[in-house]
Amino acid sequence: MRPVYIISGGITKFAKSHPDKDFRLMVREAFDYAMADVPGLTREAIDGSVCSYFSDHFTRQLKAGAMVQDYLGLCPKPSRRIEGGGATGGLCFQSAWEAVASGRMDVCLAMGFETMSRVNTWKGNEFIALASDTNFDYPVGGFYTGYYAMMVRRHMYEFGTTVEQMAKVAVKNHRNALHNPYAQSPAELTVDDVRDSPMVATPLTIRDCCQMSDGAAVAILASGEAVARLGVRPVRISGVGCGTDAMRMADRPHGRVILLPHETEADYAALDYPGVHSFRGGRMAAKLAYAMAGITDPGRELDFVELHDAYTSSEIQTYEDLGLCRYGEGGSYVDAGAPFLPEIDYGLRFAGDGRWRRVPVNPSGGLLACGHPVGATGLMQAVFAFWQLQETIGKHLGDAALQIPDARRGLIHSHAGTGTYITVSILEKI
Amino acid sequence: MNKDAKLPETEEGSVLFNVDPIIVKSHYEIDYIHSYAQDSPFFAGLAKKKLLGSRCTGCGYTYATPRGHCMECGAATDWCEIPREGRVHTYTTCFFGGEAFLKETPFTLILVEFDGVDTLFLARLAGAGPDEVTIGMPVRARFLRNCTFKPTDVYFVPAQI
Repeated sequence: MRPVYIISGGITKFAKSHPDKDFRLMVREAFDYAMADVPGLTREAIDGSVCSYFSDHFTRQLKAGAMVQDYLGLCPKPSRRIEGGGATGGLCFQSAWEAVASGRMDVCLAMGFETMSRVNTWKGNEFIALASDTNFDYPVGGFYTGYYAMMVRRHMYEFGTTVEQMAKVAVKNHRNALHNPYAQSPAELTVDDVRDSPMVATPLTIRDCCQMSDGAAVAILASGEAVARLGVRPVRISGVGCGTDAMRMADRPHGRVILLPHETEADYAALDYPGVHSFRGGRMAAKLAYAMAGITDPGRELDFVELHDAYTSSEIQTYEDLGLCRYGEGGSYVDAGAPFLPEIDYGLRFAGDGRWRRVPVNPSGGLLACGHPVGATGLMQAVFAFWQLQETIGKHLGDAALQIPDARRGLIHSHAGTGTYITVSILEKI
Repeated sequence: MNKDAKLPETEEGSVLFNVDPIIVKSHYEIDYIHSYAQDSPFFAGLAKKKLLGSRCTGCGYTYATPRGHCMECGAATDWCEIPREGRVHTYTTCFFGGEAFLKETPFTLILVEFDGVDTLFLARLAGAGPDEVTIGMPVRARFLRNCTFKPTDVYFVPAQI
């Protein structure tokens, strides 16, 4: 394997609906933005692509990836479609990494989109629930918010996590997004606003959940040779990992924790794992990515994280999977203010007990505030992380408030189907 | 050859939501011919008011939701009967849902744990309000009289009141 770099990215504004643009034009806009940011890069220099979109039901067009490929003028170069539920974008990013790392391509375009506005929200929820076992889970009342609600209910039972701690995640991500013009639903919220909004599936209110979106994102990955030739400001992809778990939550084992280098068996002597309270696939993805990147204590060695916060609850659960804090500490991690940006006023008081180093999580606003056009989401995270490490947030967002000073290393995390596929990738400044 | 050839006109038209851009209604529905295949005995069991799970012939791991091969060791499984009484492992009450289930809201989903069984079972809980459900609460299986051959042919109710 050879080193792989991200050299450019582009995102369309994520919105409830983009009826004036079909999926091809949305990807084209993100692609044009990324190309314009690297003047030395021509379409001829792109060796091929990978295209991610989650749902054929939403798209209502099989082989849509082929239509994007021809629309961008990339035929007859190689391409393929990547699909893996909510993790579709993260898997696409890693597939592009593989294409370059293996030497198959020097420059690979990762492009993703979703057009979720084409059905009403409740039909959309039905489509998404088809990504649960259609014999045993979907017919019982298939609804992803319900599945995640059951998972966090168990997290609350095991660890004492509270709905207020979850609400603070919504406050954080929506407030961060006030500085992100790409975001779908930036907002100044309070904990009470989150708790007083309509209940979707106890204990998750509508403000605990991300929204459906139309949008596209692209990331361009390249080898060291291409980087030298193009004269760009690259960011290195230093680690990739992926993990999985059983499709049916009911089938998840109750065994032992997969330990990260900074943890010991004694930390979790009494914990049945993962059960339905945690995402074993996320822990596996992190473990593999950390091993490749040489990370032994993520809470001390990462400067920011863009993670898959489809729900406030899953952000808290994911802190633990990623080892930012120990299993069971996710709620306290929020109360301590560790995942918040230091320069933004959230209207919250933090415990400030110094147990954890500050590692801003979802400085972009995450899925909760940016939106979640599924096939684009994991690539959107890659682009925001790229801009952070390139220190060009101010240039691309027109507002430098979200720029994390001296960020050296960031993590992106993409997550599918109550934890069935999860990717973690590590990006580093060079 | 006929230079005046015409295709027949229809009065089908289109439902239009907007004209700039043009947004039309596009209908789609399908009936599948769906086989439960190796999981069929589970659904037949529901018709006989039995909960059938799987026990691994290699390692003895027992699944409340059946599967033909063991996730732990890979060996084939045998069918086994699952107790009708268990406990709530976790729960939620859904006030919204997928379109197909919207008319049934609010409904309560639970994962049920059983003594001597390694995995859980997803079901509806009836007979308890959203504020009455607790983790660890004993529940008992009930079965629909008129089978639909869907997993909702079994549901749970509070076992002790």
